[in-house]
Amino acid sequence: MNIHEYQAKALLNEYNIPIPKGFHAQCESSIDRAIEQLESSQKIVVKAQIHAGGRGKGTFTNGFKGGVQLCKTSNEAKSIALKMLGNHLVTKQTSALGRKVQTIYFTEACSINHEYYLAILLDRESAGAVIIASTEGGMNIEDVARNSPEKIVRVRVPLDLGLKPHHSRLIAFNLELKGQQIKELHLILNGLYRMFIEKDAELIEINPLITDSAGSLFALDAKVSVDSNALFKHPEITKLRDTNEEDPKEVEASAHNLNYIALEGNIACMVNGAGLAMATMDIIKSYGGEPANFLDVGGGANEEQVTAAFKIILSDPNVKGILVNIFGGIMQCDIIAKGIVLAAKNVSLSVPLVVRLEGTNVKAGKKILNESSLKLISADSLAEAADIITKTVAELSG
Amino acid sequence: MSILVDKNTRLVVQGITGKAGTFHTQQCISYGTNVVAGVTPGKGGLKWENSVPICNSVSEAVKQEGANTTVIYVPPPFAADSILEAIDAGIELIICITEGIPVQAMAEVRHKLNQGSVNARLIGPNCPGIITPGQCKIGIMPGYIHKEGRVGVVSRSGTLTYEAVWQLTQKGLGQSTCIGIGGDPINGTSQKDAIALFNDDPETDAIIMIGEIGGNAEEEACEFIKKHVNKPIAGFIAGASAPKGRTMGHAGAIVSESGSGTAEAKFNAMEDAGITIAKNPSKIADALLNCYSG
Repeated sequence: MNIHEYQAKALLNEYNIPIPKGFHAQCESSIDRAIEQLESSQKIVVKAQIHAGGRGKGTFTNGFKGGVQLCKTSNEAKSIALKMLGNHLVTKQTSALGRKVQTIYFTEACSINHEYYLAILLDRESAGAVIIASTEGGMNIEDVARNSPEKIVRVRVPLDLGLKPHHSRLIAFNLELKGQQIKELHLILNGLYRMFIEKDAELIEINPLITDSAGSLFALDAKVSVDSNALFKHPEITKLRDTNEEDPKEVEASAHNLNYIALEGNIACMVNGAGLAMATMDIIKSYGGEPANFLDVGGGANEEQVTAAFKIILSDPNVKGILVNIFGGIMQCDIIAKGIVLAAKNVSLSVPLVVRLEGTNVKAGKKILNESSLKLISADSLAEAADIITKTVAELSG
Repeated sequence: MSILVDKNTRLVVQGITGKAGTFHTQQCISYGTNVVAGVTPGKGGLKWENSVPICNSVSEAVKQEGANTTVIYVPPPFAADSILEAIDAGIELIICITEGIPVQAMAEVRHKLNQGSVNARLIGPNCPGIITPGQCKIGIMPGYIHKEGRVGVVSRSGTLTYEAVWQLTQKGLGQSTCIGIGGDPINGTSQKDAIALFNDDPETDAIIMIGEIGGNAEEEACEFIKKHVNKPIAGFIAGASAPKGRTMGHAGAIVSESGSGTAEAKFNAMEDAGITIAKNPSKIADALLNCYSG
């Protein structure tokens, strides 16, 4: 689960990682109060809060440029914030529709001497943490990795030992830090590692980490992603979820414990199991179709969930056909079949439906489908199902 | 005719009295699996379905019922601890079905498994389990799709494995053992580990490896295959059409070796290792038949 920059910074602050003073506002009336709390002699940075990178270079759909702006006065900051609030910001990480800005973050400006990159994330190979740092901050780390990989240092931290002083020293010297800065980085890394462990983070990225004109280190931007499977331990993080940042269909799906990802094609699919769901998308594509979504109904889906899944699929106006592919293990085919029949009663099924069932209780499942009055095409194999649905949808699209 | 599980497997079921535990234990017993005990703390001394003795702990199941293998259906907040309990009880083979275990909890499990004094093998978590057709089924896969034979199957997916197995069975190709290693970022047995076991098994003639995007388990297996494996292998990677950036954080991409994690990179690694590739998930058995006559 991702959180906003202002929320991430508040967490960093809890772990004694220095951040520029800042306050957020979510409506016009709270803007003044946020700005008043900042030091009046300082310039103000106004930052649109969305879950996407590239905000500074982004453009609002109303033509206003730049989701991050440096302002000289409080009045200027307020007027810029009002241009951002409620409008959609398009960045290279968003769709062409952009994301609606519903929160503005105001921070005191820092004089930047140098920008570094610092992140901690889970390393699958070593089953531990890895800290990644670079002297090349403020830009896309993937570009740095491609263009000058020698400027990136990776330090693996085994979880059973934790962060040790030599890890910090290695990173500090690779960042060419000196004197007091080494001590500051040590404290930052300690906070970062503690936060990573205590909050079950998957990623904490500080980009940039800066030295200011006085030589002190500050986290100027922050991205935090927390392991969704660990949220049961962290009610304080769970309440930071901003469903405005998610596709409404995905929000609805998660409320029913369904794993749904909206895509841009016109053939919807409903599948059990993530691997088979991906493979079903792959085969739709290989037969010349375009999947409208990824949807894994999971191992233990019940009738209500299958019904909800159909409603979510059908709420996508692009959908011209549906392929249901169920290979029953935990999921029993008769339960899926009941769900399909139930859903069809609740929702007017106006698009072609191809169903492929195999596995546990398949005979009972097929019987339920056949005895219903539903107009559906039953397929015996994945290839046959993909062939039928892509051809049918292609004919409909003319 | 198998690896890891067979007629001699003495299974204990952790979480036997739960809904999933009960349903799948019934299925496994009717397949012929020897379930010697269940574990539900606090229900020790009772009998599950009037037949299988319930213990309070895994070590009780080992001492009293001679269990040597466990399957875990415990809910995610407690499942990693259940794995650790099984390791401490001296269980040699641990199969964890549970999906949704926090990844840092799994990192702890991995460190425990890596300790020199630990002799346990973990399969999963977030996996369908393992089956040696005709002998022993542990997990949630539908038994009837399998057939006794000489093809080893290893996969990160559950249902996609059933898909491949069903294709094999329909073509008359039986399986020696099928292992679902699970879809979590940190797991026990890797693709490479399973391939090595099949390579050493005199009763496995050919192998199917099914992977998916993310991580480098398939690349690692391919390196091993290039050096050590002469048995025919066919493979498939799911996720060629998956959107970028939805499963992995963007800084995550630079941890794995450059170019790894995408379906394309994995297909390339498989091609380089001489694996016959199924570009289409409905052609997995056909791909194997291109390099293996059965």
